[in-house]
Amino acid sequence: MSCDGGFIVLPEHFFQRQKKQAHQRRAIDRWFQRIGFLLTLMTLGILGILLLNLAGNGLMRIDWQFLTSFPSRRAGEAGVLSAWVGTLLLMMVTAGVAIPFGVAAGIYLEEYAPKNKWTDFVEINIANLAGVPSILYGLMALGLFVYQFRFGQSVLSGGLALACLVLPIVIVATRESLRTIPANIREAAFALGATRWQAVWHHLLPYSTGGIATGVILAMSRAIGESAPLITIGALTFIAFLPPAPVLSHPPFVSFEWLFSPFTALPIQMFNWVSRPGEDFQPNAAAAGLILMLITLSMNGAAILLRKRAQRNIKW
Amino acid sequence: MNPQSSSSATSEITGGVIQSSPKVRIEKLSFFYGTHQVLKSVSMDIPALQVTALIGPSGCGKTTLLRCLNRMHDLYPGNRYEGSVHVQPDGMDILGPGMDPIQVRMRFGMVFQKPNPFPKSIYENVAYGLRLQGMNKRRDLDERVEKALREAAIWDEVKDRLHQMAHNLSGGQQQRLCIARAIATDPDVVLFDEPTSALDPIATSKIEELIVELKKRVTVLIVTHNLQQAGRISDMTAFMYLGELVEFGSTNQLFTNPSKPQTEDYISGRFG
Repeated sequence: MSCDGGFIVLPEHFFQRQKKQAHQRRAIDRWFQRIGFLLTLMTLGILGILLLNLAGNGLMRIDWQFLTSFPSRRAGEAGVLSAWVGTLLLMMVTAGVAIPFGVAAGIYLEEYAPKNKWTDFVEINIANLAGVPSILYGLMALGLFVYQFRFGQSVLSGGLALACLVLPIVIVATRESLRTIPANIREAAFALGATRWQAVWHHLLPYSTGGIATGVILAMSRAIGESAPLITIGALTFIAFLPPAPVLSHPPFVSFEWLFSPFTALPIQMFNWVSRPGEDFQPNAAAAGLILMLITLSMNGAAILLRKRAQRNIKW
Repeated sequence: MNPQSSSSATSEITGGVIQSSPKVRIEKLSFFYGTHQVLKSVSMDIPALQVTALIGPSGCGKTTLLRCLNRMHDLYPGNRYEGSVHVQPDGMDILGPGMDPIQVRMRFGMVFQKPNPFPKSIYENVAYGLRLQGMNKRRDLDERVEKALREAAIWDEVKDRLHQMAHNLSGGQQQRLCIARAIATDPDVVLFDEPTSALDPIATSKIEELIVELKKRVTVLIVTHNLQQAGRISDMTAFMYLGELVEFGSTNQLFTNPSKPQTEDYISGRFG
């Protein structure tokens, strides 16, 4: 509308049309809100049904006996002792490898690496690695760790396979949380004469610990539920013994024999029970599934708490 | 802060003004970002124990010049320097071959545009530069931290909460803390990059008083957008435009009787 000095009186129907048009646009807005709400509810509902179903079938089976018994031919006597111990040992290897390698790679890529075609290529491929199906990691581990390095079908091979699987998650989480530190904090450290290593060690790592820890926990909760790579490298489905203890009562007090022990893990034990023909092992499978689910959910919960705490303590 | 050697105490003549001995002698300094030349053969002598202001419109290269002096540009790829920058009393060439930027940064403190304390305690912020230089003894650190905080005129406000997080301080206090951090290690020169642009007028005037006070002990170079600020606190002023040093002289002379028309246009508000 031009306005060379005076008011322009608009005809009544102009406002009518505007009102109608606004009403139409608002209707679309409202519809999206309703549909979105329904879809969210459905997604949460499915998760809820899954949990309730597992709990309904398996909660009865979870007791001290179930946690402290080896698998057995009789469903009522079977337990998950070797499975949860195996899972625990696997996670120790996975965390022990994935955290130092992933955090170091993340720091290198974010703080040290020059920005060129080569690092772009590496960057893209880390993103790609995160999308590789987990069974392929199993195949690689079978060829490399089991046969080439002769680690055997052991906790070590399994833990390394899972470490490779979650490495990209740890790298990406490390980089993201380093990236949230403002450039002027880095410059403050450098301006005082810090080397890159000192800037990383004194400032960047401490300030990004919350974010990195969150990423590590999410990576672990991904690894803990994996079964395909473990089955590929030949984790056993029926194990009625525990790997050798890592702590000894006599010198040298620590032993790494457990690394080379055959193992099973919670998802594999569960898979084993589910694939039995009879009905009687189904509650066991549900119980093992419930334990796995609770571990994963509590790990994710811990990740959320950590992130909250880190955000509260550090302000820029 | 650092004893001036008597050999460099001879008077220098720059822009027709007699001034005290130069602390930093910049000769034909050019700076390139990739193929883009940002500084064009800048030469100037920064006098010891005085406040020198760098003024000029946005993009004229004044911050770039400031950041050459502590080799901050080395942190980013594709940057190149030409020329030389000698620091007295020993005549070290900041841009010389084999010069480690870390060594340069230990002699040039820097205070940034936005207060940027580390998310650590007040004490640890000030102690960090000292720790980097190898000071570990608690008693030595306590003494130097207190001295720096006193010199930065913030001691009375923080002495009871040295171990609280620096972020609980107000913006102006944070900036004074950053000044304490920069002077704690007794640098030769402190570089200020528009230190008051994020602060309110009261906090600004405190920082300005502090800078004037600081020149008793340390050479100050300050980039400012605020011409009144340059007039209030600086002894010498350099006017830069399009990467070149247009005019450099005593603040009084430059503001009242500029010798170049561009300078006059800028300080009278005709452009910039």
